[in-house]
Amino acid sequence: MTVAADARTDDSASEDRPDVAADVNAGLAHMLKGGVIMDVVTPEQAQIAEQAGAVAVMALERVPADIRSTGGVARMSDPDLIAGIIDTVSIPVMAKARIGHFVEAQVLEHLRVDYIDESEVLSPADYVHHIDKSQFSVPFVCGATDLGEALRRITEGASMIRSKGEAGTGDVSEAMKHIRTITGEIARLSALAEDELYVAAKELQAPYELVRQVARDGRLPVVLFVAGGVATPADAAMMMQMGADGVFVGSGIFKSGNPAARAEAIVKATTYYDDPAVIAEVSRGLGEAMVGLNVSDLPAPHRLAERGW
Amino acid sequence: MSAPQLGVLALQGAVAEHVRALRDCGAQVRTVRRPAELAGLDGLVVPGGESTTMARLADPVGLFPAVCAAHEDGMAVFGTCAGLILLAEDVADAAALTGYDRIGGLDVTVRRNGYGSQLDSFSAALPVTGLREPLPAVFIRAPVIERAGVDVEVLAEHRGAPVAVRQGRLLGASFHPELTADRRLHGLFAEIAEAGDRPRAMEPAGA
Repeated sequence: MTVAADARTDDSASEDRPDVAADVNAGLAHMLKGGVIMDVVTPEQAQIAEQAGAVAVMALERVPADIRSTGGVARMSDPDLIAGIIDTVSIPVMAKARIGHFVEAQVLEHLRVDYIDESEVLSPADYVHHIDKSQFSVPFVCGATDLGEALRRITEGASMIRSKGEAGTGDVSEAMKHIRTITGEIARLSALAEDELYVAAKELQAPYELVRQVARDGRLPVVLFVAGGVATPADAAMMMQMGADGVFVGSGIFKSGNPAARAEAIVKATTYYDDPAVIAEVSRGLGEAMVGLNVSDLPAPHRLAERGW
Repeated sequence: MSAPQLGVLALQGAVAEHVRALRDCGAQVRTVRRPAELAGLDGLVVPGGESTTMARLADPVGLFPAVCAAHEDGMAVFGTCAGLILLAEDVADAAALTGYDRIGGLDVTVRRNGYGSQLDSFSAALPVTGLREPLPAVFIRAPVIERAGVDVEVLAEHRGAPVAVRQGRLLGASFHPELTADRRLHGLFAEIAEAGDRPRAMEPAGA
């Protein structure tokens, strides 16, 4: 993970790197904390998101709800679209590559996006391997449903993790399940004796050193956002109260009745997540939320969270 | 002297890291999201994050005019990265901030993302006036200080531009001292805050 950062160290003088946050890529994720990252499909939507107070935008061709309804293979977006969005906003721009599709990632790095999301929302390009993210200078965020998956992605070079939830549904229950799973597993790890961590590492299918670090610190070594099903200000605030560092909102904004107002309301609810008076105030008169899909009604092959391993 | 009372603006961004760094310097620290929470503070850190996001969240509650008023009354302010942008008198590319309060007061002109995109982010060992050893500095989509006024003391330069500046009780850095374990710049800020209007030695105790 420090390879990319070392390549960009200006002075050859030896530098202590006391923690992962000193890495410029993990560091950018720290700057996004307490914020909302919004899916956008046009430069106009990107501008609405920036105006509403988004900390970053995710440029993609179709929001997850549309990927779900139209079906077929979902891929990296047209470079013209991504470049158009980069030119439009001053906040960081993220874009999605398919799981394992390292050439899409090379293209996105060439386009100078600020973060790549190796995402289960797109159709996987490799059902065995994820991208070797340590080979890139651009940072990566990856999805996870549990601690082992998060640690495997960090080992591959991800500098930010988002719990997956179930994208494109507006059903927050999977997001809740995944953040509870990850934070619960971290808490259990912290309670283990030193000599129990070897077996814990084996069971998590993650390197012992990383497992030991998480057990000691009681948290992931990178920023943890929540994604997949957040559609209302109260959803976002609940994720923050659960210990998330921030939220991704995909279809929830631009599939709703009044995107600008809803986007601004979700931004405020994320900052004042522990103040019901603010959440109540911003939730008034927002118009229709996105039409929801209950995750329990989705046939298993259509559940995106099960992509990735 | 009792521990200085310091706040960290907690609308968005790297809040926890600044809280930890200030506590390491012996300060009493609280987070600030509302004007009333500024009462009694000796100093306030405006952290890194997205300046556009913070400006939009601060505006409806009148937080930045309240910060200015508290500064007039003696509160020190330290802005890092996005915080520096919000402290700057002039922002060269202010389009995305237009129509929202900023804090201002620091007589510099900054350009947002002046070094480029995330691929241009970097770290460096930075010689700083008053500090004996170079300071590890992490620059992340950092603003460039294009101009510093006559009353602004440049504490550090990098690639020919100022990157750490001081004007009285205002301190600004275009990088992120909160992301490393080196506490000397936070220590300096704690001293400035504690000293109030009185001039003090630059080198923080024990650095």
